[in-house]
Amino acid sequence: MITLNINGKDVQLDAPDDMPILWALRDVVHLTGTKFGCGMAQCGACTVHLDGQAIRSCVTPVTAAVGKKITTIEHMQNDKVGQAVQAAWSAVDVVQCGYCQSGQIMAATALLTSNKKPTDDDIDAAMSGNICRCGTYPRIRAAIHEAANKLA
Amino acid sequence: MNSPLNISRRTFIKATALAVGGLVIAFSIPNAKRFLLPGISDANASEEASKLPTPNAFLRVGTDNTITVMLAHSEMGQSIWTTLPMLIAEELDADWSKIKVMHAPAAPEYIHTAYGIQITGGSSTTWSEFDRYRQAGALTRALLVNAAAKKLGVAAESIKTENGFAISGDKKISYGDLAEAAAKLETPKAVTLKEPKDWKIIGKATKRLDGPEKINGTAIFGQDVHFDGLMTAMVARSPVFGGSVKSFDASAAKKIKGVHQVVQVPTGVAVIADNYWAAKQGRDALKVEWNLGPNAGLDSKALVSEYRKMAATQGLPAAKAGDIKTAASKATKIIEAEYVLPYLAHSPMEPLNCSVRISQDSCEIWTGTQMQGTDQQAAAKILGLKPEQVKIHTLFLGGGFGRRANPAADFVSEAVQVAKAAGVPVKTVWSREDDVKGGYYRPMYLHQAKIAVDAKGLPVAWEHTAVGQSIMLGTPFEAFQIKDGVDATSVEGVADSPYIKGTPNHLVSLHTPKTGVPVLWWRSVGHSHSAFVMESLVDELAHAAGKDSLEYRRALLNDHPRHLATLNLAAEKASWGKPLPKGVFRGIAVHESFGSFVTQVAEVSVNKGEVKVHRMVCAIDCGLSVNPDSLKAQMESCISFGLGAAMQSEITFKDGMVEQSNFHDYKVMRMADMPKVEVYIVQNTEKMGGVGEPGLPPVAPAVTNAVFAATGKRIRTLPIGNQLA
Repeated sequence: MITLNINGKDVQLDAPDDMPILWALRDVVHLTGTKFGCGMAQCGACTVHLDGQAIRSCVTPVTAAVGKKITTIEHMQNDKVGQAVQAAWSAVDVVQCGYCQSGQIMAATALLTSNKKPTDDDIDAAMSGNICRCGTYPRIRAAIHEAANKLA
Repeated sequence: MNSPLNISRRTFIKATALAVGGLVIAFSIPNAKRFLLPGISDANASEEASKLPTPNAFLRVGTDNTITVMLAHSEMGQSIWTTLPMLIAEELDADWSKIKVMHAPAAPEYIHTAYGIQITGGSSTTWSEFDRYRQAGALTRALLVNAAAKKLGVAAESIKTENGFAISGDKKISYGDLAEAAAKLETPKAVTLKEPKDWKIIGKATKRLDGPEKINGTAIFGQDVHFDGLMTAMVARSPVFGGSVKSFDASAAKKIKGVHQVVQVPTGVAVIADNYWAAKQGRDALKVEWNLGPNAGLDSKALVSEYRKMAATQGLPAAKAGDIKTAASKATKIIEAEYVLPYLAHSPMEPLNCSVRISQDSCEIWTGTQMQGTDQQAAAKILGLKPEQVKIHTLFLGGGFGRRANPAADFVSEAVQVAKAAGVPVKTVWSREDDVKGGYYRPMYLHQAKIAVDAKGLPVAWEHTAVGQSIMLGTPFEAFQIKDGVDATSVEGVADSPYIKGTPNHLVSLHTPKTGVPVLWWRSVGHSHSAFVMESLVDELAHAAGKDSLEYRRALLNDHPRHLATLNLAAEKASWGKPLPKGVFRGIAVHESFGSFVTQVAEVSVNKGEVKVHRMVCAIDCGLSVNPDSLKAQMESCISFGLGAAMQSEITFKDGMVEQSNFHDYKVMRMADMPKVEVYIVQNTEKMGGVGEPGLPPVAPAVTNAVFAATGKRIRTLPIGNQLA
């Protein structure tokens, strides 16, 4: 058994040491908002926060999270920046198929937490690891600027 | 009544056979090919599709005032979850905040009105459902009005409806309060639909109804399905298409904690485990020896050479007029060119998956599918059940792009085989590598054209040969799409091109090789290669004639007002002909597909061989736009999807095996490469077309025409990759 802090709660789970956080969340705890897209940190669909930093949960083993705080999309409604990002996503009507959007929102929230007024170049740098096959990129960019304005 | 999960379809409103009548519709449905697949569904499917809809198959009015809309089509990003409810809400005068939406089951009521099978594809949902969903709304409104009239003792004609209420004078009754009484009434024999001038919802930019759950992580995709006892499976498949299992050793796989079974299935060897991680480790530990079969020598470079040899000979005719030889002999100039486009994977963000639970006399399937019709048939056949014993639960699709509409029902059939062999409920999950290497690609194509022009630079003879696999061959669609050996989808956008039709002497011919690579429709189907070829060729002709790209197209498309309208709108918005920042160049392309017309102007710079697309200006004429904002989103989406393919994506083969495996080498569009996109809509009352795909075909040629303007180099092979380096 391993103890992980997920969205502010300590959870004991039966997961092997090498199991990526992604599968512990999805298949063991059944928090399915965090998505599987590539399994090798190429697409960002699995993005969660580990002590506030955006990480790719598909390549990060559960042991790396021991003693740290994992935050997922399910918790964003309790995060001030997360709320602003979700509200902006709604205002701009960003989503299409929606599958990558948990990861996009987690990446955008991490960006806006560390950088209150990101430029387009900052957005490119922070968000280019998150693929959206539907091509919601222009709206993601607009929503990040919108959230930054609301938070300012 | 207010339990939408109960799918018994005749509990709310008694349906009678109805005749269409009294319709007031200003917008017509294009003359879609109506066909019924052999052996698919019941014999009266086309009759089902043409009569007035059974309203309770499409919506339920709850006593709690909710309106539950049943979607005959799958939501995969295109926003049909919002557009179809808009049609119902318009006629029903519903309270939009009370609308709930769910995917319909696989059932005859939901057969596509034009295609004769339950399917989401061909950019057809909105126009093909425009009447049916409005009628369902209007029929339900009529029933609620009649119920209100009875309750209040007034004439039905005196009752108004507004925002979920029936209103007579100062009396208001909510739809929820009328639902039970309405359920007991006879359905009207005819309904009159609203006049377009009275529309309050249709044509207004409307926010997506699936937005909130896709923002907070609660939306359920096929991948998210979970119930007690559900195992996860991964299948080891042959590294070469057409290969088969020679032998396998599961001893190491079975030692992985969490692995329960290893079973052979027709497509390979399945590892069944507690979760994905165990299944993946189990599959990694599995030792399989393969009979690689006849395709072990497949090689992309060799295949291009083979296609080139074929193109040197005439194929089967797809379009023919006049006498190309005589015309060519009198021509001022002959322009010859060859274009090559690669195999492409769809790679939707959600890797393929399908959960299956089999019992003695039924089977339940949970998946994101675009083609419930064939999936249900395929599962029934494997299990020896009747189609109606197979229940399909459609979840949100994490992208489709055509991959989740497979006439071969590949990922559903395999999942059913796995669950059958394992004897337990199983979710079969594909890794990204499985997806990239898994086939059902947009086929590779090679086109050669020889165009003779007159002294004015206009084409007088056009000889065009296309070489590429048929996506219809061997599918139930073959009988409808392949005529005299020519698959219409292989030459769409060429054989029916206004440029070729407008050239008095022309011959379009097609070679249809078989390569062993499974192929499938990929967003915009044949237009995904033909538009690149045609719009590049026309650019070549314009250049050879010393004419401006826009002016030259205007001249050739003089009798094509819908093409022209988008050309003019895009050119105006892009300030065509006006100066650009230093180093930035424009390219233009126009193409008709799926009943819609799209022009795009690309602004591009090329620096040290690297192409940067700065801005895409897009003008579309799709006739009536039901939800202009989702139309814009679809254009943005098509531009992103098309740009990724034009710039970087390709599937290649060496020693029979796919060389790419994941997003690091099967490259797609990312944020940093996404240009600014502007979308403009031609406002008119023309026939409705589609929007999910028509934005894609002009993308690549608009960009490569701009690259030509920037560098003088004509890109004739996609992707652009490092050709300019």
